[in-house]
Amino acid sequence: MHDKVDVLIIGSGASGAAVAWSLAETRMRILCLEQGDWIKPTDYPSNGRDWEARFFSDFATSPNRRARPTDYPINDDNSPIKVVNFNGVGGSTILYTAHFPRLHPSDFRVRTLDGVADDWPVDYETLEPFFAENDRMMGVSGLAGDPAYPPKQPPMPPLPLGKSGTRFAKAMNKLGWHWWPSDSTIATTDYEGRARCINLGHCTPGCAQGAKASTDITYWPQAIRAGVELRTRSRVREITTDEHGMASGAIYYDADGVEQFQPAEVVIVACNGVGTPRLLLNSTSGRFPNGLANASGLVGKNLMFHPYANVYGYVDEPLDGNHGPPLCLWSQEFYETDRTRDFVRGYTFQFGRGYAAILEAINSTAAGRLPWGEEHHRIYRQLLNHRIGLSAICEDLPEEHNRVTLDPQLKDSHGIPAPKIDYTLGANSRRMMEHGIARAKEVLAAAGAGNIGTEAPILNGGWHLLGTARMGDDPERSVVNGWGRSHDVKNLFIVDGSIWVTSGGVNPTSTIQALALYIADSIKQRLANLFD
Amino acid sequence: MPDEPLTPAETRDLRCLAAAIIPASAYYGVPGADDDLIFGDILKSLGRDRDDVRTALTHLATLSGGSFTDLPPDRRAGVIATFRAQGATPLAILTRVVLLCYYRDDRVMRSLNMEPRPPFPKGHVVEQGDWSLLDPVRARAPFYRRVS
Ligand SMILES: Cc1cc2nc3c(=O)[nH]c(=O)nc-3n(C[C@H](O)[C@H](O)[C@H](O)COP(=O)(O)OP(=O)(O)OC[C@H]3O[C@@H](n4cnc5c(N)ncnc54)[C@H](O)[C@@H]3O)c2cc1C
Ligand code: SF4
Repeated sequence: MHDKVDVLIIGSGASGAAVAWSLAETRMRILCLEQGDWIKPTDYPSNGRDWEARFFSDFATSPNRRARPTDYPINDDNSPIKVVNFNGVGGSTILYTAHFPRLHPSDFRVRTLDGVADDWPVDYETLEPFFAENDRMMGVSGLAGDPAYPPKQPPMPPLPLGKSGTRFAKAMNKLGWHWWPSDSTIATTDYEGRARCINLGHCTPGCAQGAKASTDITYWPQAIRAGVELRTRSRVREITTDEHGMASGAIYYDADGVEQFQPAEVVIVACNGVGTPRLLLNSTSGRFPNGLANASGLVGKNLMFHPYANVYGYVDEPLDGNHGPPLCLWSQEFYETDRTRDFVRGYTFQFGRGYAAILEAINSTAAGRLPWGEEHHRIYRQLLNHRIGLSAICEDLPEEHNRVTLDPQLKDSHGIPAPKIDYTLGANSRRMMEHGIARAKEVLAAAGAGNIGTEAPILNGGWHLLGTARMGDDPERSVVNGWGRSHDVKNLFIVDGSIWVTSGGVNPTSTIQALALYIADSIKQRLANLFD
Repeated sequence: MPDEPLTPAETRDLRCLAAAIIPASAYYGVPGADDDLIFGDILKSLGRDRDDVRTALTHLATLSGGSFTDLPPDRRAGVIATFRAQGATPLAILTRVVLLCYYRDDRVMRSLNMEPRPPFPKGHVVEQGDWSLLDPVRARAPFYRRVS
């Protein structure tokens, strides 16, 4: 048995890293258990000639395809959107695309403003200092003055517009619609020991240059210097409880597959919107037969993705192709509820550059655009570097039938039951996607693009995993309270995307991390009476 | 037969099919996907896709009544059309392996004006663009919904 720690964090991704760093100043004994490995910059695909191919093997976004020993399988057969993630130090930030919008003030008040779902127990104003702190820690590039947001000040200048961004900017101006350079956690200047972006253009499967802020190179080095211990290859099977119904620690498998017990005073779960409900549902006992922290029955329920409607086309001049970070602009023109539409809530447009050579060939062949045989070469030359596209990131509303449960058969390499996803697109999301597709086609037409293609929802687009252990003031309607503490188990906290009440229509990591910092701060403020 | 190399018959059919997908072109000065180097790369790169590739090739052989390669050229087009209509995921995966190897060949990349190198460490240049394009957006009043 290991020595007892004050705080045990499970999961080292976006939220786990932020909470570890923030709590480090308390000088408590803090340990993080992470099932995956450290990834070295030299491991990343963009170092080698097989860089595009590795997106389909050891750096695939789907854990089922990637199938590293550190991954766990996910049964997502019953979902039109498949889960993507990464399991390792940095979690899914290793593979994220670093697009970094915040939720808007209205996102925290959806019941009050729009009569749907529930209000959050926190608001934008409360989170504002934590957004700013997180922007500093992750290193955000962007531009102040966006009329779609309350004032904010990104610490670095924005990503370049490039040829593709310029096309989109002109098109949006023609339509009179909002656009703005995206907040992004890609360093545009040398920043806190990180080198600036050199436009490798393959950001998603990891940045060999270290310009993309995954938490293994932002929060973790600082947290470890401040005394936090991070134990890799440690897969937690279950959180244990004592005779008082308090969390007592966790049982995990070490790098040799040997079962270990780690006792702790406080347990913080940061395994993401699929990994967290899986772990809680696997943590059953006589006192908690339906899983830990699950008196409400809501653990695993209300799973929200952001259904993505991707629309793209081809223009007659060569653009940036895959050079440069792919996401550089956003539009919030259709973000806020407009009662004249047939849906409530709204979406962000994120604008992309093009595809690299192989991805263009694969996608265009699959879409029937690129023929086999003699014509292949001629058509391919019309497509390569001529693609531009944009995606509507649609707000998904919470619906209890969209859920994570335990698969009765499927298990990971340690025999731990794997998660099963049941998800259908809600009517509101569907109508919103249709709206987004129609507007995106107008944008592409204004940008002079033809040969239009659509993928909606993006199949392998389950990158935002939200809502499966929601926060709230009412213990019957939520899993954790307004500062992340379980209603049922008073020394158990959840800090990842699973605590979201609604999903908003933006990429979530900025807000996930701001919430994690806020919860860490709430813990620090209440240390004397944390369990009251 | 997971992880076993393809049989000689499967290998022949795959090569013949690779040439049907991407034939050599004198006009563009590029090899076909059945070129020695490229096809060698394809065989080495089957990896986790081997089973699907084999499933697709078995289907192709069945449609060809034995061997796709041995079909007279005038019958191949018909078999390919049926194969493409029915091939589903295994065929998509086979095609992906062919494309993955073809579009990283030095000769092919040069013909597309791309340097045959990995992205790191040299990177690329992306122009900054004209930020005055933002002026009309800057002029807009804040339009996020306020909550009291
Ligand atoms: C391809 C891709 C692109 C994305 N692009 C963007 C983007 O542009 N912008 C954006 O905002 N977001 C993006 N995301 C989403 C973003 O990565 C996530 O929102 C964010 O990382 C979630 O943080 P988290 O802390 O909830 O979980 P994660 O970062 O996923 O971390 C969870 C960690 O917990 C560990 N873990 C899980 N179970 C256990 C266990 N039982 N024992 C031990 N360890 C465990 C995992 O190994 C993992 O390291 C993207 C994601 C992907 C996959
Ligand atoms: S484009 Fe920039 S952030 Fe992306 S991989 Fe290249 S250097 Fe890294």
